[in-house]
Amino acid sequence: MSSRERILGRVRRALADVPKDDTPYERAVAREYLREHGQRTVAETMDLLAENLADYRAIVHRTDAAGLAGTVAGLLSARGASSVLVPPGLDEAWLARTGVTRVADRAESTPRELDRVDSVVTACAVAVAETGTIVLDGSPDQGRRRITLVPDHHICVVRAAQVVPSVPYALERLDPSRPLTWISGPSATSDIELDRVEGVHGPRTLEVVLVG
Amino acid sequence: MSGTFVGMPGFPAFPSAAREAVHDTTLRGNLRHATHTIRAKRAKAVAEVSDWAELREAGKRIKDHTLRHLDHYLVRLEESVTAAGGTVHWAADADEANRIVTGLVRETGESEVVKVKSMATQEIELNEALEAAGIHAYETDLAELIVQLGRDRPSHILVPAIHRNRGEIRDIFAREMGDWGRPAPEGLTDTPAGLAEAARLHLREKFLRAKVGVSGANFMVAETGTLVVVESEGNGRMCLTLPETLISVVGIEKIVPTWRDLEVFLQTLPRSSTAERMNPYTSTWTGTTDADGPRAFHLVLLDNGRTDTLADEVGRQALRCIRCSACLNVCPVYERAGGHAYGSVYPGPIGAILSPQLRGTASEIDASLPYASSLCGACYEVCPVAIDIPEVLVHLRERVVEGGEVTRGGNKVVLRPAKGHAAERAAMRAARWAFTRPGALRTGQRLASRTRRLHPRTLPGPGRAWSGTRDLPPVPAEPFRDWWQRTRGGNDVKGTAG
Ligand code: SF4
Repeated sequence: MSSRERILGRVRRALADVPKDDTPYERAVAREYLREHGQRTVAETMDLLAENLADYRAIVHRTDAAGLAGTVAGLLSARGASSVLVPPGLDEAWLARTGVTRVADRAESTPRELDRVDSVVTACAVAVAETGTIVLDGSPDQGRRRITLVPDHHICVVRAAQVVPSVPYALERLDPSRPLTWISGPSATSDIELDRVEGVHGPRTLEVVLVG
Repeated sequence: MSGTFVGMPGFPAFPSAAREAVHDTTLRGNLRHATHTIRAKRAKAVAEVSDWAELREAGKRIKDHTLRHLDHYLVRLEESVTAAGGTVHWAADADEANRIVTGLVRETGESEVVKVKSMATQEIELNEALEAAGIHAYETDLAELIVQLGRDRPSHILVPAIHRNRGEIRDIFAREMGDWGRPAPEGLTDTPAGLAEAARLHLREKFLRAKVGVSGANFMVAETGTLVVVESEGNGRMCLTLPETLISVVGIEKIVPTWRDLEVFLQTLPRSSTAERMNPYTSTWTGTTDADGPRAFHLVLLDNGRTDTLADEVGRQALRCIRCSACLNVCPVYERAGGHAYGSVYPGPIGAILSPQLRGTASEIDASLPYASSLCGACYEVCPVAIDIPEVLVHLRERVVEGGEVTRGGNKVVLRPAKGHAAERAAMRAARWAFTRPGALRTGQRLASRTRRLHPRTLPGPGRAWSGTRDLPPVPAEPFRDWWQRTRGGNDVKGTAG
């Protein structure tokens, strides 16, 4: 007997005492929890996102569509970045005002090559206001998971239409077949006497630009 | 490298291990600071969401439903993982899981792997099995790194090096890092930032060259075949995305039926464990993705005592556990005894009910674990999936003391009353109240009142250390419930604790 059959057989015998129940799953679990915590206008949702991101030590900037290229250029130069990773589908206009050397992420780039790049600029798929989270789904304007992980400085652009109030709304918008990365503040550890230290392996600086 | 619990000859039972630990004042200081800090933060994070009770109830029901149809969801998961390009393996016990993983690593031709913190791989002692096969496994979570470099064992689910202070960590890094790879920088100080930087540099070398990653998972979604890892440091992301091959070893109880179910657990897990609205990083992946992340993905589904646990009507609720560690941080016995005293990778209240079910109660340590509690009920109160830990503890105590039918290795066996527990057996008969949650078993209370002259002044088992410095409350001549019944004319009070 294969282990698969053995384990499934054990599960069935273990559940022999459980009465049969054919309620479809949608009705089997009552979901009396809230879809979101509180009622907010779009502007208030943006404010909450900004506040919660900042609370987890992300650096938040706000601008409008016209100011975006200037903001991104300013952040790269303030950081002193000499190279920036650009995902293949990033809106060209976002980097129109910066002269920093662009590095394309190619399938054959090794982690070591990525390690030599200073900054990365990406879009996101969804942002969650209540938790202060941005979610990347590997779309062409966000690139592969590794490009937002290895460089030490991540600039993420969030447009108003991408902001949802809560986790339930976020899951609804996301496609589970894509690899997802949920980011709430920069990398952090509290393993040493519970003192929080930002940046262990992921980017130590996360800058979020809220547009609109 | 150490890390062995089960096979360690003469591993002391909880009472003696705990007695030793409570005399270690550094350990107690580290632990008290840590547990109290997390506890206070957690209460605040939970208070922030007004629907905590409903989230907790939904979490409990989702998990119960899954467990009750586990065969169905396992098959479903297998289908969806396979359809997404992954390969599913089934492991009935630790040896089989270790054989599978070792074989998979060998096939890649590699002799080292990077690891994401995972309780399941600690439980099966995968690192030791890989080492025996000539494969080096590097732990990459900062706390696990501290434990590994210190040739030590983890003592907390979430903060495995909670028993170490910064000075000790500095010394371990300075002394050991060079033997494992890049040495600690000259003049390493004991500031948390300096220590984290040393770990960053040391581990980055390993991440950038790693070809094989090994992980567990917090959740597996049957509907979509998605695996979820929740973490903070980014070491998880490194191990999940940079290597060419990813092997995940996951207990079969970690399934949730649908994608939507994550909305419950992604709200309750971070708040309950690290007291955050959301942990810094959560990664989800479904099979493999072209040109992004590992090209090969293997999922090893681990039983190793879980189906035996499932067979126990009372004890099976332990399989709902999402390993948030909230119960450890509120437990007065854990706070004083420390995680090592439990002789298991699962310490604290959850360890006291999970380990003796996964491993059986044949060894002295496992037979003593159900006594590693004061039954104060705090663990049940904080548990985000409402596991009634005190109820299971009492149930397991009865089983240890009185014997009875249990399932081991998929077969029903009759357990004989444990030898060496004569004292407990007597105490069980005479003083059932001492083992039960106040208000839970009114018959027990009545029995207690009637036998109160026989009650010990101290608790048996590890409770002895706990009650060594304090007297147990005397049992009233008449239980409150009886008094209420008698004087209030039988209008029963509905208990809220259950
Ligand atoms: S038993 Fe409950 S409180 Fe304890 S670790 Fe598991 S889920 Fe958390």
